[in-house]
Amino acid sequence: MIKSTFLKAVAATALSVSTWASAHAVDLQFYFPVAVGGKAADTIQALTDEYVAANPDVKIDAVYAGSYQDTVAKAITASRGGNPPQLSVILSVDMFTLIDEDLIQPFDNYLTTDEDKAWVDGFYPAFMENSQTGGKTYGIPFQRSTPVLYWNKEAFKEAGLDPEVAPATWDEMVEFGKKLTKKDADGKVSQWGVRIPSSGFPYWLFQGLAIENSATLANAEGNKTNFDDPKVVEALQYLVDLSTKHEVMAPGIIEWGATPKAFFEGQTAMMWTSTGNLTNVRDNAPFDFGVAMLPSKETRGAPTGGGNFYLFKGASDEQNKAAVEFVQWITAPAQSAKWTIATGYVAPRAETWETETMKAYTADFAPALIARDQLAFAKAELSTYQNQRVTGIFNDALASVITGKKDAATALKEAQAQADGILSEYR
Amino acid sequence: MSWSGPTLDRVLNTAAAWTLALLWILPLAYAIWTAFHPAAYEARFVLTAPLTMDNFAKAWSAAPFARYFLNTFVLVSLILAGQFFLCTLAAYAFARFEFPGRSLLFSLVLLQLLVMPDILIVENYKTMRLLDLVDTIPAIALPYLASGFGIFLLRQTFMTIPKELDEAARIEGASFLGVLWRVYIPLAKPTYLAYGLVSVSHHWNNFLWPLIVTNSVDTRPVTVGLSIFSAIDSGVEWSVINAATLMTSGPLLIAFLLFQRQFVQSFMRAGIK
Amino acid sequence: MRVTFKRDWIHSWLLLLPAMVFLFAFTHIPAVTTFINSFYSTPRGRRPAKFIGLENYERLWDDPVFWKVMFNNLWFALGTIPLSIALSIAMALWVNDKLAGRSLVRMAYFTPTVLPLIAVANIWLFFYTPGFGLFDQVFGALFGWSSTNWLGDPATALNAVIVVTVWKEAGFFMIFYLAALQAIPVSLVEAARIEGASRWTIFWRITFPLLMPTTLFVSINAVINSFRLVDHIFILTDGGPDNASSLLLFYIYEVAFRFWETGYAATLTVALLLLLSALAIGQFFFFDRKVHYK
Repeated sequence: MIKSTFLKAVAATALSVSTWASAHAVDLQFYFPVAVGGKAADTIQALTDEYVAANPDVKIDAVYAGSYQDTVAKAITASRGGNPPQLSVILSVDMFTLIDEDLIQPFDNYLTTDEDKAWVDGFYPAFMENSQTGGKTYGIPFQRSTPVLYWNKEAFKEAGLDPEVAPATWDEMVEFGKKLTKKDADGKVSQWGVRIPSSGFPYWLFQGLAIENSATLANAEGNKTNFDDPKVVEALQYLVDLSTKHEVMAPGIIEWGATPKAFFEGQTAMMWTSTGNLTNVRDNAPFDFGVAMLPSKETRGAPTGGGNFYLFKGASDEQNKAAVEFVQWITAPAQSAKWTIATGYVAPRAETWETETMKAYTADFAPALIARDQLAFAKAELSTYQNQRVTGIFNDALASVITGKKDAATALKEAQAQADGILSEYR
Repeated sequence: MSWSGPTLDRVLNTAAAWTLALLWILPLAYAIWTAFHPAAYEARFVLTAPLTMDNFAKAWSAAPFARYFLNTFVLVSLILAGQFFLCTLAAYAFARFEFPGRSLLFSLVLLQLLVMPDILIVENYKTMRLLDLVDTIPAIALPYLASGFGIFLLRQTFMTIPKELDEAARIEGASFLGVLWRVYIPLAKPTYLAYGLVSVSHHWNNFLWPLIVTNSVDTRPVTVGLSIFSAIDSGVEWSVINAATLMTSGPLLIAFLLFQRQFVQSFMRAGIK
Repeated sequence: MRVTFKRDWIHSWLLLLPAMVFLFAFTHIPAVTTFINSFYSTPRGRRPAKFIGLENYERLWDDPVFWKVMFNNLWFALGTIPLSIALSIAMALWVNDKLAGRSLVRMAYFTPTVLPLIAVANIWLFFYTPGFGLFDQVFGALFGWSSTNWLGDPATALNAVIVVTVWKEAGFFMIFYLAALQAIPVSLVEAARIEGASRWTIFWRITFPLLMPTTLFVSINAVINSFRLVDHIFILTDGGPDNASSLLLFYIYEVAFRFWETGYAATLTVALLLLLSALAIGQFFFFDRKVHYK
């Protein structure tokens, strides 16, 4: 391990030299992912430029780092290589992983005044669940989303349903779905009732079902999962039944990327997907559509999703302070409103929704408010230590049940056993 | 069997060739269709669909593709030049000289045929950091410069060149480098062409390593620029992503269309063995 | 004599020096580090890596996902290598022949070479999409098939990925065969024709043996690619459903860059290297007997 000590020494020297060299202006490097198409990157760049123009003593290098997955890979690789960014937007669920890797520090060290503390409390509690642990704040919500139900009003009308009313319960969703599913004489389906995409990361939307059934997938400490809870099994059975028993959803794994298009093409009358799609659906749906909260079983409910700002270790005190100031600025109402309108992400602070810009926007486009209102019922997205591995196990279990390879109870029991094996060392 | 006239055999062959060609061109055809039509026609193929250039405008404004294109061009040229240089020298040594450690060193070269730099990303990033090369085009290129495949291929070619040519040049007073330059390299042109094509095609497509090791517009290649459209949260926008694909692949495609005959012929004349 | 020998030595070492520096810096040293790391636990934060002997290898042996991706990868290799080579030979033969509209056909075969895989994968995603996807539209209209979820069904997902790979590779390999075909003397083929040999016989007795060196070149490429081409999996299936379309390198990527288990990823990498070495040795022995360099 001599080599790594040597590397660290070199890295430390390089770092101190570069801090010294830039004593006159604080340099910040900030990674951001893009998950909603081209406009998001432009908006972040424009906001950063605006900040730098107003604060000549700070230089910010905003780096587009690919998808969420690419961004966390890049941030960890760079950190291990001795070159961490000072700030990065990364999935809120990666918090435990980043803590475990010893890469991030809590914002609390730089949020000392009462004013700062009040600022932290200004974020919606649902978003803070994934952002705080052990009484410390590690993530500041930024590009956050939550899944909602989109429905095609014309298809509802055609099926004899009230076009203004979305299903409010699981049973209603099945009942509506049956009316909406169109089959020809050969049994070929031209329009499905509902579409809940399940490719890549089926856990996210499934978690919506689990929360609605009053199940909690993981504890707040991130070291215990409840995958084999009977309520979780029941929720998974409902998801599978949508395809097999009720025949209101296409069988097999359903692709995320193609879901909005399937909705526009009339292949499905309802879809569950992220609020990140609001702008896309508004621009491209050739029919009247509605947006509703996810239907309830025992309760309404949905997971939150999306990315937080994280403060990386290894920076100078000065850089950390500048980074925190930048985060406070970019999440402030005026900037946050711009960001929300450009992307469809949910503004994470109540005060943003009170601005004139946001009021004008929601008056013109009421669906944007649904996501905000659903936050009252939303819970933390599934997140544990070794998060990607644990959710990976859970995803595989869900996929095996959705594709009919295993039954829900067995698959979830196996997944729970594997997750226990991984998480026991963190208890 | 007669070979003149349209025999059944020939008709079948032509039909098969065309069927395959149609299948092969489908992705390009689809890219062209979606790029020039509004998004609503991504999955509807009606001849009356209106034409539009909006998708190109959108793609163009989403990322600085001109710069990315230039970066890719510089990157690919740099890698190719470096590979030709390093691999030629090494292959020459292996093909024509006896020296201690030859077989050991050659097996170390062959090892690189298998140990693809793609799987050593973390270690290589550390090295780049140490060399202070992160976020530069050379950083993308360096791990690929000494290519085991290139050395192996050129060595095989050099070994097929008759020793007499080598000796004749030496008698005329050529130095060992002079022989390489005047005898071996000219006779190995086809191999350079074939290897060059493999290399260019690979690095034109490479994505993961450039993404990790670069941070800025000034260094990133086209593939990283294209990845911005594979966004999950908003669904795939085929019309825009395909417009971007056409913009970046277009120059190569058009060049191939225009110079098809010359390209194929020079390739054929070289004749790879 | 001794002096020339020594000069030769120095010359060859000097010739090798630049390439060796690069090889060691970016391949061998990192590879050795990887090998060493495979005997250590994954360092996390303040817990440094500790020596755990063969524990990672035991885990690998017991890891059902490892065996699944291994099996997938062999199936993938068996599916892509012979098929893309056979198709590329057929394509080259057709394009080399007097064919109506030859240059158009040639361009069609060439397109996969210029379209980056990461972009093209999205196009294939559309083709495979159930419902409004191209294949469903075409098969539905032609044969009245009902919707097929090519990528979302474990039975078809890997094969769907294989099709994309074959599309990518066959067009590329065709170029090499086309060049090789041109180098075959026309007189040889003419002579065989005069003797009344059928096209089939001519191909197997004359053309195919003469193409052997190209086949060696192409098949080395194909073998390497069958363990390296994973870019499209990220977009098409992300390895799913339930790892049905995951390949070894994709799994290594997942373990290393999603799960951040560098120790175990190193072990998987060592397994991949052993497998590739075995294949490479086998291939050399196989072709050694069949390929005749001048």
